[in-house]
Amino acid sequence: MPVTVETPTEKWAGKVREITLGATAAEGGTRTSTVTVGGEGTMPFLHFEGETPHRPVVAIEIYDIAPQDWSPILMDYWGDVVNDVVAWAKKAVELGADAIALTLRGAHPEVNDRSPEDSARVVKDVLAAVGVPLIVYGPGAPDKDNEVLVAVAEATAGERLALGLCEQNNYRTIAAACMGSGHIAVARAPIDVNIQKQLNILISDMGLPLDRILMDPTTGALGYGLEYTYSVMERLRLAALQGDAMTQQPMICTAGHEAWRAKESKVGEGVPEAWGDWKERGIAWETVTATSLIEAGADILVMRHPEAVAIVKKTIDQLVAK
Amino acid sequence: MALTGLQIYKLLPKTNCKECGVPTCLAFAMKLATKSAELSACPYVTEEAKNELEAASAPPVRLVSIGADGRKIEVGNETVLYRHDKTFYHQPGLVVRVKDTQSADEIKAVADAVCGYCVERVGLSLNVDGVAIENASGDTSAFAKAIEVVGSNANVALVLMSSVPATLDTVMPMVADRRPLLYAADAGNWQAMAEVARKYKSPLAVKVDCGDLSALATLTEDITKAGVTDLMLDPGTRSMVDSLQAMTKIRRLALRKNFRPLGFPMISFPGEGASSPLEEVAAASQHIAKYGGVIVLDHFDPTLIYPLLTLRQNIYTDPQKPIQVKPDVYPIHEPDANSPLLITTNFSLTYFTVAGEVEASGVPAWLLIADSEGLSVLTAWAAGKFDAEKIKKAVQTSGILDKIAHKRLIIPGYVAGMSGEIEEELPGWEIRVGPREAVDLSSYLKSLRS
Ligand code: B12
Ligand code: SF4
Repeated sequence: MPVTVETPTEKWAGKVREITLGATAAEGGTRTSTVTVGGEGTMPFLHFEGETPHRPVVAIEIYDIAPQDWSPILMDYWGDVVNDVVAWAKKAVELGADAIALTLRGAHPEVNDRSPEDSARVVKDVLAAVGVPLIVYGPGAPDKDNEVLVAVAEATAGERLALGLCEQNNYRTIAAACMGSGHIAVARAPIDVNIQKQLNILISDMGLPLDRILMDPTTGALGYGLEYTYSVMERLRLAALQGDAMTQQPMICTAGHEAWRAKESKVGEGVPEAWGDWKERGIAWETVTATSLIEAGADILVMRHPEAVAIVKKTIDQLVAK
Repeated sequence: MALTGLQIYKLLPKTNCKECGVPTCLAFAMKLATKSAELSACPYVTEEAKNELEAASAPPVRLVSIGADGRKIEVGNETVLYRHDKTFYHQPGLVVRVKDTQSADEIKAVADAVCGYCVERVGLSLNVDGVAIENASGDTSAFAKAIEVVGSNANVALVLMSSVPATLDTVMPMVADRRPLLYAADAGNWQAMAEVARKYKSPLAVKVDCGDLSALATLTEDITKAGVTDLMLDPGTRSMVDSLQAMTKIRRLALRKNFRPLGFPMISFPGEGASSPLEEVAAASQHIAKYGGVIVLDHFDPTLIYPLLTLRQNIYTDPQKPIQVKPDVYPIHEPDANSPLLITTNFSLTYFTVAGEVEASGVPAWLLIADSEGLSVLTAWAAGKFDAEKIKKAVQTSGILDKIAHKRLIIPGYVAGMSGEIEEELPGWEIRVGPREAVDLSSYLKSLRS
């Protein structure tokens, strides 16, 4: 006897907010391409249930100085450009970056202590060299982050950059800088739905419109907390679909940074044979970290290795195909 | 989905004869609903009612096992769609496919590699579960030969792939005692396939084309009626997006609608929609996260298997309980009273990362594990579960004081800021700040010695 199966569709009350990174000349910036993310009305890629109007995108991460602690496998690929941020940005775009994520590591007091003005100049140089949108991260020292990102925000007003990180204890200055110059804030909470929501509320209460807040749930790499990030992202997405307005921000994940910190990708010698070939392993580590986060609802992946980027982009192609 | 007391009551004789030891049928039904009575206590319940009650109490996704001794794959019995709702229980089996068109040497190499592969992660051994053997040649004797080559590795679960029931019937006596999964029954061969599965008491996979779930449910209904109930489903989808949707629908129907015809674990083939081994890994990682039961890979390469095993471990860890080790003193390389003392938290990942590096350094040392409720160093620190007071307590109550003759404690670099407070809690102690990352411990410990 033939059985008929009905499609088990869930009806959702809400959807993820749409956010556009980058502004073209007509919009007051200088970008030749922009990126729009978000808008999903379903758990990831269930096209029978709701829309996924925009594909997840990949930003390639670059530094303003040669990184000191990157895996040799990454340096094999980027070694020829790490001393020249403009060349690095161009190469990243050639290799498929939908956006550039520029970390101003050189401004860190323990690295080169580059001044806010010089850091802003670096950002302008990169903007002049490539047409894709930019995500700009401070050096990772709270006070200096604030100084540097304020200078960057002012020097690039109207470009609709994403600036980060806004964290629970340090968000006001950066959010205010975004507000004044038309940029987007990246709000990072430590793998916690309630803190994330709270942070989004605090930032939007300052007056930054919700279509200019991205959320970064904090990424744990494969084998190093991935499962926590994965589940918090699923919970955030479910809350967004259920109509909780303060969890409807698109999500950005630093998959590359975390995956390449893992011993599996960093170290080639003195490790178990069962770990296999080092180079391939590093790439696979970043790939699996990133694809798992896409399945959990990531909208922007910040990545490092071009071969992992290529596979992840192909995966995204497959997932958005109807 | 469990029945309510009232639903059960409707199935009982309603005579209130009291023979079950309870005054009324309704009271008995209530006891059944809370599982505080056994149905067998009522002598008058009809066969029909019995079947209905048993079916209703069965888990929404049937638990199916493949293999006998050695490595057994047990999948199914899941209760949630999202791991944060409770946990995922039965991790998918990862098996590697060989074809009987490959040479015996090639087949043996894969089987040996799969069987011998083992990697330690946070104190647990991770393994590949089995080998799928495909009758790609169409020739029964070639198939038998391939099975013989693989089968000599007693330790792996087997999947036998052939669409010809007679072929499977011929080879099954070789390995029937190992309960291989037979792949697959389809609309054309299911009667004879079910016959083979029943004869050898083997689990049977059922497949359809391109996500046709109605056809799949129709087939499983027919096959269960024919007496084979250990089934696995292949919805026939091969691209990532089609698999994701079909597998999600199947899991949802089973859990949310208690839809029996699709209440079985799934089998998937991530390599068939991929054009490179790394793409296969990306697809396989989707199947691990999204409801795979048996995942058949087309490549065996440690580089690609290890990330998948790690992902499987991550996804199938109970979200309520981090994997932990016992707070205690752990000696490494037979330390003596003057060997360095390091402290860290009892999150397994942290412990094994640090212990591994100390071991690799070759330097004898004491590793003191404080009780941080299974949290990593920074997480525990941020949550107040690895503070100066806790560290003091660990030093004073662990028994380490009887083992060492010095008062020097090495703390993780990430919590350098605590050293002053610890010095206050432990007067007379010298608190040394170690490196931030465990990878740098080896050179740090060696530098202490020189
Ligand atoms: C997974 C995770 C969680 C998980 C918990 C996992 C667990 N069981 O511990 C969850 C989601 C539950 C969680 C919760 C919280 N987290 Co958390 N979490 C992480 C994450 C992503 C990874 C942590 C991890 O597992 N690391 C891997 C282990 C192996 O690292 P480790 O223990 O530090 O060990 C390394 C080194 O310290 C060193 N080492 C270890 N021991 C020793 C010993 C010696 C002697 C030496 C020399 C070296 C050494 O070796 C190891 C490898 O290099 C990090 C961010 C990140 N990407 O790192 C944030 C992070 C640690 N969490 C953070 C915070 C704030 C929290 C919360 C307080 C937030 C909240 N929700 O309220 C809670 C606290 C928990 C609670 N209230 O119960 C912050 C800490 C900030 C800070 N600098 O203080 C971090 C850094 C995120 C961030 N950037 O904000 N977290
Ligand atoms: S023995 Fe059966 S019929 Fe009699 S009271 Fe109990 S449930 Fe009812």
